[in-house]
Amino acid sequence: MDKYGIDPNKGLEFGIYTLGDHLPNPVTGERNSAQQRVNEIIEYAKLADQAGLDFFSVGESHQDYFATQAHTVVLSAIAQATNNIKLGSSSTIISTSDPVRVYEDFATIDLISGGRTEIIAGRASRIGLFDLLGYNVRDYEALFEEKFDLLRKINEEEVVNWSGEYRASLKNAEVLPRPKNGKLPIWRAVGGSPASAIKAGYAGVPMFMAHLGGPVTVFKRTIDAYREAAERGGFNPDELPVATAGFFYAAETSQQALKDMYPHINEGMKKTNGQGFPKQHFAQGIDPHNVMNIGSPQEIIEKILYQHEVYGHQRYIAQIDFGGVPFERLMKNIELIGNEILPAIKEYTAKN
Amino acid sequence: MKIVGLSGSNVGSKTRTAMDYTIKSLKEKYSEIDVTLIDLAEFDVQFSDGRNFMEYEGDTGYVTKTIMEADAIIIGTPIFQASLPATLKNIFDLLPVNAFRDKVVSMLVTAGSAKHYLIPEQQLKPILAYMKAQMVQTYVFIEEADFYRKQITNDDVLFRLDRLVEDTVVLTETYQKVREAKEAEYDF
Repeated sequence: MDKYGIDPNKGLEFGIYTLGDHLPNPVTGERNSAQQRVNEIIEYAKLADQAGLDFFSVGESHQDYFATQAHTVVLSAIAQATNNIKLGSSSTIISTSDPVRVYEDFATIDLISGGRTEIIAGRASRIGLFDLLGYNVRDYEALFEEKFDLLRKINEEEVVNWSGEYRASLKNAEVLPRPKNGKLPIWRAVGGSPASAIKAGYAGVPMFMAHLGGPVTVFKRTIDAYREAAERGGFNPDELPVATAGFFYAAETSQQALKDMYPHINEGMKKTNGQGFPKQHFAQGIDPHNVMNIGSPQEIIEKILYQHEVYGHQRYIAQIDFGGVPFERLMKNIELIGNEILPAIKEYTAKN
Repeated sequence: MKIVGLSGSNVGSKTRTAMDYTIKSLKEKYSEIDVTLIDLAEFDVQFSDGRNFMEYEGDTGYVTKTIMEADAIIIGTPIFQASLPATLKNIFDLLPVNAFRDKVVSMLVTAGSAKHYLIPEQQLKPILAYMKAQMVQTYVFIEEADFYRKQITNDDVLFRLDRLVEDTVVLTETYQKVREAKEAEYDF
């Protein structure tokens, strides 16, 4: 775990991620300007840093209702505005970018942040960016696998010799600057299903697993599949970190949390996915065994500890801001995390 | 309420004839309902390539988005080679897994032989159930002999189509009311 900057003795890491969505607040019907949204994301990261959270990440999506297409630029602003929190992407669409440029960007952010930067590489859930950036969607899988391999090779080797199908060959190429500690933690973004978890495991790559709702135990299968594949690939699963990421919202009571959060999720998903989030499913989100962390701070503590017991994961990453949640509510959530949730989680999961 | 009639084949005229009658009956009885007929023979729909339904362009995008916006869908389909036409199956493939959640779907079926009667029961309904549709369980099965020169000549078929229209609207209204009442109970 050391290799990835994670010390399990310090307990479960707690982070926040944003997809960088830029959606109207469904309660007021109003949408902030892109300028305000981007600046609020930077502000949000600063608050997370001040509250002692471990990790903050920003996503890349090239479509309507998103504002952080240039997520590395936003991350570099965050790098300068924060002091201790680790930074990453959630995720970087490596398929439609040049791994050399991606590595240069993240190594630079790492230098600005003083060695706090990580890359989470994903495949995109939308395909509009293939047209926009000049790639063929029929190469969806091959593009990702080839470019992800190259990205990891650049991380491992200071002088790279490489040839592939989707990019010009590299001959004795030095990709500079190098990050502060020589290498960056590079994770593979995985949806809830075991198929791509197995690929991550087999390659011995840390897994960042995103999930919507459902029973905690369903996602255990994905994590088990990941660890089994790692073992088959000749890696020790105990040395490979797993992060889980999903909806989070804390309020005084679970009922209040449902009330505050539901319209944002439902209307936001209608706009970005074409279908809302069924109320019945959302209502189940407060169940102690449901993977969504929605409820009172005490209920959320118990949920996260239960998830930790089942998954044995190293990092949990909360998505709180989806769907135009007003900034005051994000501030309130960070306050609840910093004052109540985080200390309890650390107390119960740290080994001392 | 939005209802979409989906005539599911590029071939022949019987399904379209039955759909035309059904849509006419629907409009006459329920003038307040927003009705759209999509005859797949009139659209250039591509095969599914796995993308989100909102990302298709042109005719394909029009068809997927119009279906997804509907409260109820009346599917009309012939039976080809003892199964669904590929054009109709492709529509299902273009849509998300839970595409028919909170939607009512009813069916009329035209076939050259009475031997095909159970095909919708055994091949169409499982797909609709998988996609979370609320189904009008009784479908209207229409045979070759019920048509003459693009007209339905069997009064029984016309009566059954009228009842299909009524059942579709009644189930849609009822389901919406039940769902709204349940959602209000959640109080969030």
